Amino acid sequence: MTARHHWIVRVTHWVNAIALTLMVGSGLRIFNAYPAFARKGEHFCCYPFEHKAIPDVLTFGGWLGGARHWHFAMMWVLVLNGLVYLTFIFLHGEWRDLVPRHGDPRDALAMIKFYLFVTKTHPHQGKHNTLQKETYFFLPILAVVQVLTGLAIWKPVQLGWLTALFGGYVWARYWHFMTMLALVVLSFAHIFMVFAVDPYSLRSMLTGGYREDLSPEARNARPFYHLFPRWRRRATEGE
Amino acid sequence: MDRRRFLSAGGFSLTAAFLAACNVDRSPRAQRLLDIAEKRNEGVERSLFQHASMNSARNGAKMAGAAFPSYFISDNVPVWDESVRGPWTLEVSGLVQNPTKFTLEDLRKLPFRSQRVDHFCVEGWNAVAVWGGIRLSDIARAVGAKPDAGYVDFQSFDSGYHESWDIDSAMHPQTLVVIAMDGHLLGMAHGAPARIHSPIKLGYKNTKYLTKIVFLPTRNGGYWSDQGYEWYGGT
Repeated sequence: MTARHHWIVRVTHWVNAIALTLMVGSGLRIFNAYPAFARKGEHFCCYPFEHKAIPDVLTFGGWLGGARHWHFAMMWVLVLNGLVYLTFIFLHGEWRDLVPRHGDPRDALAMIKFYLFVTKTHPHQGKHNTLQKETYFFLPILAVVQVLTGLAIWKPVQLGWLTALFGGYVWARYWHFMTMLALVVLSFAHIFMVFAVDPYSLRSMLTGGYREDLSPEARNARPFYHLFPRWRRRATEGE
Repeated sequence: MDRRRFLSAGGFSLTAAFLAACNVDRSPRAQRLLDIAEKRNEGVERSLFQHASMNSARNGAKMAGAAFPSYFISDNVPVWDESVRGPWTLEVSGLVQNPTKFTLEDLRKLPFRSQRVDHFCVEGWNAVAVWGGIRLSDIARAVGAKPDAGYVDFQSFDSGYHESWDIDSAMHPQTLVVIAMDGHLLGMAHGAPARIHSPIKLGYKNTKYLTKIVFLPTRNGGYWSDQGYEWYGGT
């Protein structure tokens, strides 16, 4: 068993998971008060589901006013927690595991080939595989965009310069929605991959401990492998 | 712990956390925290607030025109019936040196401003119109508003609808007592004969069917604010 995640990383990870869930749920509840982007009297080019509400089960906060209170309270949890995480990985050095490096495109392609059963053996990796690393690098950037677009639609007059930067209120609201979607898609991809290829990493995010002999690389693990018939599995097994 | 038990335990705790989260939105303890957050946010909004921050609708933006939404809380469109209530006046009172009743004629004699601005609704939509009227700050000067007036209440003849504001927002140069919309006299659906309009507050703070402006030492809630929407509601 090796020590993988510092307790600050573990705590901020789970606080973020809860805060992000509540932010998305309350945000969708707010969105349902006007599930469209068009300025009144105009059409909006780029959203095919104008005036179609999000199902209530995916929303949080009960009603528009309640959801707004949750959204504007939880935003501080999200932002402060994010700042603690980013400050920590900056000071403690974990950022080095996440920054893109020369050779990443090649390594990412190797991962994709492995996942698509083009190659047999799991590429060599450090703490994270390259696709995973880029995701963890990209998520905080999306979060920053999300906070800025959020400020832009919260204060479209007092922070009007910020709103203008995103193309005005209508577009800022659109980018806030689309960035949310990107965050949700990446989060679900993350959760799926945890269970599909590296369930042992769940322990490392709870107690901090990780068994390198059970890593996806050691087990040559890829998603959907167990759904294959036995003969096909043997054919794709590594050397 | 083997893998299967580990995963099922994880699944149970996640489900439990999810169910707990489903109920927190109604717990009184959570409500207290949300109230604290609202106060803090009001502080942040007030510290961001500047009279120099102005809104103007984007150049390419279409005027909402007939698509400009309207609502009132009475059962029918509130109409000022002169035969019953006498001529309409705007009564400005409270912490002022000269409490005054303005007729529409009196208002027309004050400096008239016109602005093409956004209207931001709490629901998330915005709409563009040209609003014409008198700066509230000009009216405050005319009646001699006292320095200890920290708040202003805007009251209406729409079944008691009102909303109170902080004085800073009320004195913003884009806060108008509006008597014209898109170059015509204000229509009945939009608050005739006069209403408050400012792009710096969410739509619900902008009282229509205006009858009274009262300068106050303390805040006085509001129709939607009392039902749980943010009292400050600034943009």
